[in-house]
Amino acid sequence: MKYKLRLYVTGHTSHSMRAIENLKYICESEIQGDYEIEVIDVLERPGLAESEKIIATPTLVKKLPEPVRKIIGDLSDREKVLLGLDLLPTGTPLTK
Amino acid sequence: MHTNNDTVLSKLETGILGFDQIANGGVPEGRSTLISGTSGSGKTVLALQFLVTGVTNFDQNGVFVTFEESPEDLIQNVRSFGWEVRKLMDEDKIAVVDATPEPGQETIEAGAFDLSALLARIESAIRKVKAKRVILDTLGALFPQFSDSNVVRRELHRIHAGLRRLGVTTLITMERIDEEGPIGRFGVEEFVADNVILLRNRIEQEKRRRTIEILKFRGTTHQKGEYPFTIDSETGVTIIPLSAIELQQKSSGIRVSSGVAELDKMCSGGMYRDSIILVSGATGTGKTLTVTEYIKAAIDAGEKAILFGAEESREQLTRNAASWGVDFEKAEADGLLKIICRYPETMGLEDHLLQMRRDIQEFQPSRVAVDSMSAFERVSSVKSFREFVIGLTSHIKHQEITGMFTNTTAMLLGGESITETHISTITDTIILLRYVEMQGEMRRGLTVLKMRGTWHEKNIREYMIDNKGMHIKEPFRGVHGILTGTPTFTYFEERERLGGMFEK
Repeated sequence: MKYKLRLYVTGHTSHSMRAIENLKYICESEIQGDYEIEVIDVLERPGLAESEKIIATPTLVKKLPEPVRKIIGDLSDREKVLLGLDLLPTGTPLTK
Repeated sequence: MHTNNDTVLSKLETGILGFDQIANGGVPEGRSTLISGTSGSGKTVLALQFLVTGVTNFDQNGVFVTFEESPEDLIQNVRSFGWEVRKLMDEDKIAVVDATPEPGQETIEAGAFDLSALLARIESAIRKVKAKRVILDTLGALFPQFSDSNVVRRELHRIHAGLRRLGVTTLITMERIDEEGPIGRFGVEEFVADNVILLRNRIEQEKRRRTIEILKFRGTTHQKGEYPFTIDSETGVTIIPLSAIELQQKSSGIRVSSGVAELDKMCSGGMYRDSIILVSGATGTGKTLTVTEYIKAAIDAGEKAILFGAEESREQLTRNAASWGVDFEKAEADGLLKIICRYPETMGLEDHLLQMRRDIQEFQPSRVAVDSMSAFERVSSVKSFREFVIGLTSHIKHQEITGMFTNTTAMLLGGESITETHISTITDTIILLRYVEMQGEMRRGLTVLKMRGTWHEKNIREYMIDNKGMHIKEPFRGVHGILTGTPTFTYFEERERLGGMFEK
């Protein structure tokens, strides 16, 4: 597995659900078979959020490949997500 | 529908020296209070002290949420106050929520988010240690971490409401740009506007002067205006609640000797034990001597005294005393006297006051002397000086001991000084020492200008100084205008002659 991703959410809010959906969709279309997603509910495991200093939810943490990076939000901005995951070819402009 | 809005809000005693007095009991319990101040005004120290004191004095645990300084730095910084935050954390008395931005790590925003994670972490920390007190330090540092400050504001609203729901008492620190002007930045004051405390750190006479002001407590009372405070390694923040000081000390009828028998007689039997005596005169009139006699009276009675020297060194004071036949060194060795010399310039008046109060507290003297009080006037504004005198006076009276302050007047003959004008109302007894120029000769005159609550002699008496101390003689006769510095002589011979003309 090249991509090790952790998604922090809080309960079953609309933000949480949208983020999970968006992330799955992006991963399936971009890095199919090469990723692993762990969804963590901060309400259930606040200790993990503490050690990873999560303030906002949803927060996607790209654990691998390095560098570790945090992407916050419901991941509806696909380009930003790709940028955060280093999936945009270098030199690609952010907006069309 | 019946709403019960008029229930009086209860207060949570903070345990911070002086704060609970100006806050009429403490901060509003179960609410959030905003502490706003410029950089370096003492916000974080005050907030952490609230937390640590909660644990140590009231057995109330706390949570500290930091947005700016890393927990390690904060813990290290407050160790100088003797606050072992690390230890309290290990004992599960204080929990930390680290919301500082990760250095060097960029965060990408990709869509809508909220700060539920932060709230969840704070809640979890509160539950973990069963916290009653929470501090958020410094809120402003949260804003630059996100692109949309509206979102941050909206989320802080939720956190604020969440804390209230949990019933914890919260202090939120916030940085402001100017000493005056807006309370906070980023519009946070709008949701924590119920309770606002302002800390200021102004330059005054080339010295920093810290003040605290409770701007508002919704639904409950507090003292108004600015109060000076100090931060030092022994107690952290100490607020000097001047006008909040209750000036209702008991007045006793017990008299003590001034050390000069004749002066006691002029005061119809001595000074009141819990009174403040101001000795005012030009340089060389014998103020230090009066103080020495006063200290000697304590030593002779086997009582303790503290002499605060502000102009002369202990060697000078000791030598002076020896020249009048008083052995200060022996008295110090016997544990009856403590001479403390600090030049006024060494620190701010608030710090002087704090130190002096501590010295008095530790030594437990029955008499205190300050020689000279007017030396402190040089280094401060009139306002701080007055506050200093009030603070010291009330402390001395509170201990039910006697205080003697000296005041140096600028003019050799007559004259008054700012000290006199500003502190004469605070003192109970005023003794004036004046030079009197008579027939080409400088002589000295003494009078008791005021003495609260008793009869006193109103004559101006001549006095001499020799190697045995002060000797008060007869009143000046045939002369008036001594106090103004321009004596006018009435010739007895002339009066007698004129009087004789109408006899028979």
